[in-house]
Amino acid sequence: MNKTVNQKAWFLVLPVLVLVAFSAVIPLMTVVNYSVQDTFGNNQFFWAGLEWFREMLQDDRMWDALGRQLMFSGIILAIEIPLGIYIALNMPKSGFWASFCLVVMSLPLLIPWNVVGTIWQIFGRVDIGLLGYTLKQLGISYNYTQDPFAAWVTVIVMDVWHWTSLVALLAYAGLQSIPNAYYQAAKIDQATRWAVFRYIELPKMAGVLMIAILLRFMDSFMIYTEPFVVTGGGPGSATTFLSIDLVKMALGQFDLGPAAAFSIMYFLVILLISWVFYTVMTNLDKRDSV
Amino acid sequence: MAKITLDNLAHSYFPAPKSEDDFALKELNHDWVDGEAYALLGASGCGKSTLLNIISGLLHPSQGRILFNDQDVTYAPTAERNIAQVFQFPVVYDTMTVRDNLAFPLRNRGADPNYVASRVQQIGKMIGMEAELDRKARGLTADAKQKISLGRGMVREDVNALLFDEPLTVIDPHMKWELRTQLKSLHHEFGHTMIYVTHDQTEALTFADKVVVMYDGRVVQIGTPQELFERPAHTFVGYFIGSPGMNVFDAKIDGATAQIAGVEVPLGAGYKPACGKLQVGVRPEYVKVTADGTGVPARVLRVEDVGRHKIVRLEIDGAQLSAIAGEGDVIPEMNPHVTFDPEGINVYADDWRVAPAGEAA
Repeated sequence: MNKTVNQKAWFLVLPVLVLVAFSAVIPLMTVVNYSVQDTFGNNQFFWAGLEWFREMLQDDRMWDALGRQLMFSGIILAIEIPLGIYIALNMPKSGFWASFCLVVMSLPLLIPWNVVGTIWQIFGRVDIGLLGYTLKQLGISYNYTQDPFAAWVTVIVMDVWHWTSLVALLAYAGLQSIPNAYYQAAKIDQATRWAVFRYIELPKMAGVLMIAILLRFMDSFMIYTEPFVVTGGGPGSATTFLSIDLVKMALGQFDLGPAAAFSIMYFLVILLISWVFYTVMTNLDKRDSV
Repeated sequence: MAKITLDNLAHSYFPAPKSEDDFALKELNHDWVDGEAYALLGASGCGKSTLLNIISGLLHPSQGRILFNDQDVTYAPTAERNIAQVFQFPVVYDTMTVRDNLAFPLRNRGADPNYVASRVQQIGKMIGMEAELDRKARGLTADAKQKISLGRGMVREDVNALLFDEPLTVIDPHMKWELRTQLKSLHHEFGHTMIYVTHDQTEALTFADKVVVMYDGRVVQIGTPQELFERPAHTFVGYFIGSPGMNVFDAKIDGATAQIAGVEVPLGAGYKPACGKLQVGVRPEYVKVTADGTGVPARVLRVEDVGRHKIVRLEIDGAQLSAIAGEGDVIPEMNPHVTFDPEGINVYADDWRVAPAGEAA
């Protein structure tokens, strides 16, 4: 058989290469560029090598922010994933109320992030906010601008309010794909409610849950707008997450070099953790089939 | 094991059914005798699965009662009825091993672990999956998964009834025979009441002692394979069972003769005058194509040779009919006529069989 050899076909890949270059590679490279140079303004740059990386790695400030960030992501995943599944399990399967629930659940997802921040910023205020005022009247000490614990609770509850819907909708989609015969067979087999969840619903939801966990992890790890609007990273630096810290450094203090080094490490951490999640979960999946 | 009685049972998927057409299952009275194997035969959408789901308690009927051994279970949940049911598409618990899948119904009922182990081994052998007992059910072929579903249905020995809802649809043909044979031997061994839903006549006729034919939400005939073949109670049974199905054409009935296309045909029995649309039904096996000019003149459309016999497609006076001829028979090309064996002729009024005078109705 004679196959036509035509190297010109490579040109067909060109649009994608150009697109990726402009959308990802070039911007990333400018950051790399900043991370290995120093500047004193005037658009003059000096070679700094790995100096900034070394400095950032020794900087407690970054490690603290990373610690807070991991804690935040861990807490919201631990709340949103089970809660989302629980909501999905209790949503009506069809009819008017199913559509109604879907619309209501989607609402928080449609609100712009800074608006979410503003809503909760006002909601939690002790003087005029419904939540803050009520808590105060109930005699509960709550002040997110002064108390780090209250600030954390506010930021976490806000994120749960904003994003649990996403997990619930994904889980719901997974549940909807289970044929009715499975539930009927489970009834015939006299399976308990827990067994139905454990052996039918959970395995069938595994795929979408993996996506939900990845999405929620990445999003929460990069969170900026909402906590910035509510707490501004305070009190002190109690809710200064990685990206808030990064923006302070890059735009507030205009430390371009360190900020660029920070960005790259931040990016690598997200990549690494996502990869770990992905590998672990797909392996769990494979192990089952052997 | 139990006798299952359906008493005035009917079901509609509409909350407020207005006419009879709204009922997926029309009013029905029937006893499923303890220990018999039934096949529930009918075209898709005729209410077979609805009936099965009502018996197993997955569905509550809109009217009537259902009794197991004369005890009312109409509103009893599935678990209390102690029924096994196998569905059309395989249902396996993906994350469990094949062994755990088979053991699941027993363990849920708190069976003794030693018994579970030996019983599962036995069932594994029966479905031919002994070697795969310890692998996960995920990733198995549809065949294998359906065998597991069947195994899970058969694993309990004390069930009141075993219900099968077209369980062999996804299984390939040679395995179908094997599994069906095993179901039959299982039936002989344990004497469970079995109800087997199918739209495949061969499957129904080979599996069951009694075949229940359903049409449009109604049970039209219950009988042995032979009765269904020779005395179809409804033209649908005639069409549906047999290959090709029964020939049905309009006729005038007068005592012991019928007028078909202007020719008098003896019926073999006398009929009282009946009202409604009168038709005669004759299976192709009882139609003979002749060359000697006796019988009803016909036109040969084509001849299909299926190997063990020939199917002759004919036309009489605009109506199509089929005849079965032996491999060696010569189909006359000139002036063909057809004759009917009086033994094989049934008379229908408005699609229901009319009993000839003298036959106990």
